[in-house]
Amino acid sequence: MSLTQNISTSISSSSSSFLAYSVFPYRDVSLPSKNFGTCRCVAIPQEEKTTYKTNVSRNANMAKLQAGYLFPEIARRRNAHLPKYPDSKVISLGIGDTTEPIPEVITSAMSKRSQALSTLQGYSGYGAEQGEKPLRAAIVSTFYGGLGIDEDDIFVSDGAKCDISRLQVLFGSEATIAVQDPSYPAYVDSSVIMGQTGLYQKDAEKYGNIEYMRCNPENGFFPDLSKVCRADIIFFCSPNNPTGSAATREQLTQLVQFAKDNGSIIVYDSAYAMYISDDKPRSIFEIPGAKEVALETASFSKYAGFTGVRLGWTVVPKELLFLDGFPVAKDFNRIVCTCFNGASNVVQAGGLACLSPEGRNAMQKVVGFYKENADIIMDTFNSLGFNVYGGRNAPYVWVHFPGRSSWDVFSEILEKTHVVTTPGSGFGPGGEGFIRVSAFGHRDNVLEACRRFKQLYK
Amino acid sequence: MIPQARLEIQKERVVCHTRVQRNVNLEKLQNGYLFPEISMHELQHIRKYPDAKLINLGIGDTTEPIPDIVAVSMAEYAHALSTVEGYRGYGAEQGNKALRKAIAETLYKDVQVKDSEVFVSDGSQCDITRLQLLLGSNVTMAVQDPSFPAYIDTSVIIGQAGDFEEKSGKFGNIEYMNCGPQNNFFPDLAKTRRTDIIFFCSPNNPTGQAATRQQLEELVKFAKENGSIIIFDSAYAVYVTDDSPRSIFEIPGAKEVAIEVSSFSKFAGFTGVRLGWTVVPEELCFSNGFPVINDFNRIVCTCFNGASNISQAGGLACLSSEGFMAVCSVVNYYKENAKILLETLASLGLKVYGGENAPYVWVHFPGSKSWDVFDYILEKTHIITVPGSGFGPGGEEFLRMSTFGHRETILEASKRLKNLFS
Repeated sequence: MSLTQNISTSISSSSSSFLAYSVFPYRDVSLPSKNFGTCRCVAIPQEEKTTYKTNVSRNANMAKLQAGYLFPEIARRRNAHLPKYPDSKVISLGIGDTTEPIPEVITSAMSKRSQALSTLQGYSGYGAEQGEKPLRAAIVSTFYGGLGIDEDDIFVSDGAKCDISRLQVLFGSEATIAVQDPSYPAYVDSSVIMGQTGLYQKDAEKYGNIEYMRCNPENGFFPDLSKVCRADIIFFCSPNNPTGSAATREQLTQLVQFAKDNGSIIVYDSAYAMYISDDKPRSIFEIPGAKEVALETASFSKYAGFTGVRLGWTVVPKELLFLDGFPVAKDFNRIVCTCFNGASNVVQAGGLACLSPEGRNAMQKVVGFYKENADIIMDTFNSLGFNVYGGRNAPYVWVHFPGRSSWDVFSEILEKTHVVTTPGSGFGPGGEGFIRVSAFGHRDNVLEACRRFKQLYK
Repeated sequence: MIPQARLEIQKERVVCHTRVQRNVNLEKLQNGYLFPEISMHELQHIRKYPDAKLINLGIGDTTEPIPDIVAVSMAEYAHALSTVEGYRGYGAEQGNKALRKAIAETLYKDVQVKDSEVFVSDGSQCDITRLQLLLGSNVTMAVQDPSFPAYIDTSVIIGQAGDFEEKSGKFGNIEYMNCGPQNNFFPDLAKTRRTDIIFFCSPNNPTGQAATRQQLEELVKFAKENGSIIIFDSAYAVYVTDDSPRSIFEIPGAKEVAIEVSSFSKFAGFTGVRLGWTVVPEELCFSNGFPVINDFNRIVCTCFNGASNISQAGGLACLSSEGFMAVCSVVNYYKENAKILLETLASLGLKVYGGENAPYVWVHFPGSKSWDVFDYILEKTHIITVPGSGFGPGGEEFLRMSTFGHRETILEASKRLKNLFS
């Protein structure tokens, strides 16, 4: 029997693959017969007691995951960097975490709701799992006016990441998915966990059974659909995380047509829609026919600074049907009622305030602030002669370092400028050679980071 | 005369179906989730009797205001989010450090649960699903019968449960551990087949029964002998009035075989605020030695983004010494309600169980169908309850009444029940 120890905390600046981050080191005792009887533990000389193991097999899907989820890994490296350079001022442009305070019109609504919970008239217990009616109505009127979306097509949640997993639970292990490459890691990771994928193929850096739709400068960050194999579910994020690219009306029309021709369902992630500067579509439902092929997920995180507060929503149109004609919304409702218990009532009160006229103005201001940050970052890298993408319609700047390993560039930037970014390969093989710089941050930090980039790359 | 042919042009609406197969597991679910089903009956009843004063002893929803100290902490935290110093973005997915520590130290004080073993969540129902995702579709599971519907429903959704058998009212692959008056509401483990996972809720929803220390020792031993993992739901622990264990970890050896799920819902009135936690001991390993906690952490980081920071601030206030006293007094209020209902029903000669260690009373109507009793009581007294069969075939003939509610409501309910049954 082989004993391998899998402990990893060191920063490797050499390779594009990094060692799995384990919460606890474990010894993989590979036993030939896992399913009968209790396993006998191998006595390890340096330990006094033998570890009891249950007879429950580890979920094989979990074993397929290559490493920890991307962003905790970035956080870990940042934390490992701090003690090495205790006097450096580390600036985080890595994880896309909002930094500016939430406008008062929104927080005061949440304070009020909290206080009300301590009164007889104001106390409320379980809310509707789909969300509070006024909030659902406000979401429709704010974001989907004139698009034929009803209040009961809206499912309020505690955020897009959670919704993505609930959607995967809905679709089940037999569904196949397509993702953009690069893409937000939760789509692929949740697919692996659900058992929809094959094994990870180290050379391709891809999981079997997932259709990866390459998005790069050559194709304007929109996949060549003529080369894409059919998948049941197509995850599409626009404005895109991490490339910052927003799809045009024409491109989305193509995508809807593709989905229609293939009988696929588009899961459209519109978390950054408010960052759009030009006339690109803000919702997939702006495209005629989309209601029959798409559902849309969105979030208050990057609009209202709700990354810690937790609020989002998913739109499932009534017209969206499975092969047998069964409405997807009915099954999603069942999932929401069984696997979830509603977003926090205090937080929903905040969401409602976000969508008041004053709240919307306030959100626009905060979004505008981050967009200015993005401009500054883009200008900096442009002036240094880099090919820079994104930044105009999203709070992410996608910088090309041709021929270089993105983890190497990440480490170099961290080591030499104490700025945390995100290596493009963390978003898929299509991200190799790119670095994502997020535009969230206090203005002075963003300016300082740009000063340091100029120093490093002049 | 040639009759005029009437040409009816029917507008043919072509309905577009995708070619995505519906998840067969969802097809296996028999109806809607139990509690929204009850709500539908409630709505129908309201339409029929618009003037009736409906009393809801159905869904176990808390009714009393949250103590000031807790509400104020949430209000202050929310306000601070609008300041530069007080603003917080993403929190750790596992939860706020101080809260994890407070949970470990306040609620697991004598059983040495580490803060690193505590994962804060937005509630048990969500945690149960995340645990199912963790375990995957190839594990087998056992539940008490009757039990909280989410264990079975999530098991079906994930694909563990096999097919539903009309005759027995059970899913083929699930081991149902009958709990009734005949076995003191503790399963006969000698007759229980081995499964990978054992869901066990104590104090129990819906029967209101709390397992004794001896019974839980038996359960831990059973799990150890079978190499199984117990998922212990302790959402009602704070309702225990006698010396029944409040945590599975009070039982020696439990850390190697059990995960504990719990909630602020019935403890602090957080049913709408959304806060709970799961304890995954470091010692708990899969058959290949891999620590369960590592995989649960991965699930939490990938499928979740942490409980709301405002809710967590509230949770922390609940665990302060002043806050704890305040939430416990609300719990005592509900326990008083339980006592009143228990006494009422017992005085009517009804066979009633629970109510002493849980906010539920479990009433036996031998020979009756529980939905019939539910309808009868709703019709005659405008009281909503929950039919026992909604919790599994072992709940047939029983009715669950929850003991949340304003005192006047509980007293009124008692009056109406006395009228009906005396």
